[in-house]
Amino acid sequence: MSTTLRIGRSRILLELRQFFRDRESALFNFLLPVILLVIFGSVFANSEIGFEDVTFTQYFLAGMIASGILYTSFQNLAIAIPMEREDGTLKRLAGLPMPKASYFIGKVGMVFVAYIAQVILILVVGVLFFRIQLPTSPTHWFTFAWVSVLGLLSCTFIGIAYSVVPKQGKGASALVAPVVLVLQFTSGVFFIFTDLPEWMQAFASLFPLKWLTQAMRSVFLPDGAQVIEASGSWQLGWCAVALGIWTVGGFLIALRVFRWAPRGQL
Amino acid sequence: MYAIEVEHLRKVYGDVVAVDDVSFHVASGECLALLGPNGAGKTTTTEILEGYRKADRGTARVLGQDPGSAGLEWRSRLGIVLQSDRDLGDLTVRESVHHFAGYFPDSYDPDKVIERVGLVEKAKSRNAKLSGGQRRRLDVALGIIGRPEVLFLDEPTTGFDPEARHEFWALIEELKADGTTILLTTHYLDEAERLADRVAVIARGRIIACDTPGNIGDRSHARAHVSWEENGHGLSKETTEPTLLVQRLAERFGGEVPSLQVHRPTLEETYLELLKNEGES
Repeated sequence: MSTTLRIGRSRILLELRQFFRDRESALFNFLLPVILLVIFGSVFANSEIGFEDVTFTQYFLAGMIASGILYTSFQNLAIAIPMEREDGTLKRLAGLPMPKASYFIGKVGMVFVAYIAQVILILVVGVLFFRIQLPTSPTHWFTFAWVSVLGLLSCTFIGIAYSVVPKQGKGASALVAPVVLVLQFTSGVFFIFTDLPEWMQAFASLFPLKWLTQAMRSVFLPDGAQVIEASGSWQLGWCAVALGIWTVGGFLIALRVFRWAPRGQL
Repeated sequence: MYAIEVEHLRKVYGDVVAVDDVSFHVASGECLALLGPNGAGKTTTTEILEGYRKADRGTARVLGQDPGSAGLEWRSRLGIVLQSDRDLGDLTVRESVHHFAGYFPDSYDPDKVIERVGLVEKAKSRNAKLSGGQRRRLDVALGIIGRPEVLFLDEPTTGFDPEARHEFWALIEELKADGTTILLTTHYLDEAERLADRVAVIARGRIIACDTPGNIGDRSHARAHVSWEENGHGLSKETTEPTLLVQRLAERFGGEVPSLQVHRPTLEETYLELLKNEGES
């Protein structure tokens, strides 16, 4: 096994320890979707979305899993990396015989493991307390897998790139959380997407979250429910294209803008 | 054989000249202390040698390589203790030292290093809960874990109590005995005197003196201050020949000279004198 992978694996374990031990990160990035599911699922217990007897909670669950992708990757990294830049973590790492790629392997690995644990938690709570129906066909689970992978990769790269925006570690969450909230409100997470004004739908289509929630609905709602989508279809092909563009673009931007040192230092 | 060579190094930030023209070398296995007031260019010089910054002019060689372009193999032979780190707070001492051992091809045994820096009792504590001195010892542990040939110590004992400082010095002396080359930056003159083979005084981006702690600033030839007691009065005399004076006094008293003291300028006094002269020039 190459040094890069060996150190990368060791960094994944370290990152996960830090992710779960940091109370703010564990609450804000990991537990939030479950908390929101419990609140929305309880408040809107009897609401339906207007297709057969599909509950709003089932619709909301897809949005929470898509949000979970955004939390564990984009929100997590865009807040944690400025802190690391400020508290000396990155400077220390730059002084070690560590292949730079190992650091990013650590981040990506942490994001994937945290997300998998989060999804399991969301589904268990959903099934036990909110009568969530799980898909049974392998096709649905296959869609779930590739959408998750593309979503996590694109939002991880965007998060790494966005980490240069906050000037200080302290205020990072204030510059990240509003971005996530605006995307959630406009992407059909908290409301039925087709209830939103068209300009808002168009705005949301520029970003990954809209495509993630839509693709997750294709996994967790009955196939017939796609008639209530804006286009009357799940548009999985377009989801793949949008997420693919964000993944490649995010990667190139992250590669270009990422910095190890705080501003003003080399 | 030099482990560190610096020739006419210069670094400018905007219109501030941080390092003007610095040259020095550190022999393999030697400990050089870099002394100087804040803002004199110590940290910038050190960070150029650690590969964190690029010099505008001049050359720097560490273990024969240019720090600006040297690779990971070179990095694995260095140990770096930076100033005031606050990272890794959610990990324990033990986890941190074990993890960092994994970066190096031939590290020390992590548990032995924890023992060496005196953190055995704190091994299972979260790093964020350590006192200032304990945290510094952790930083030193992480700096030496890779069995470095060259060790950079930037103000390593800030916040130590006297006992911890003496334990730390003993640790550094062990590393010296193992043949580690050390570049020490410090504000404590007693620390430099105890650990360094040579000291270099840096002021306004230039080395103004570089010699052994005993000789720097012509300390060994400086006038000595001899004081004693005679007929109930304290007497004293400045002299360049203190031995001769003491011998004469001994003859006059026919043996012991009451309250005899021979005082040469301490390293601290010499250092302050050097900076004062530099400021006046």
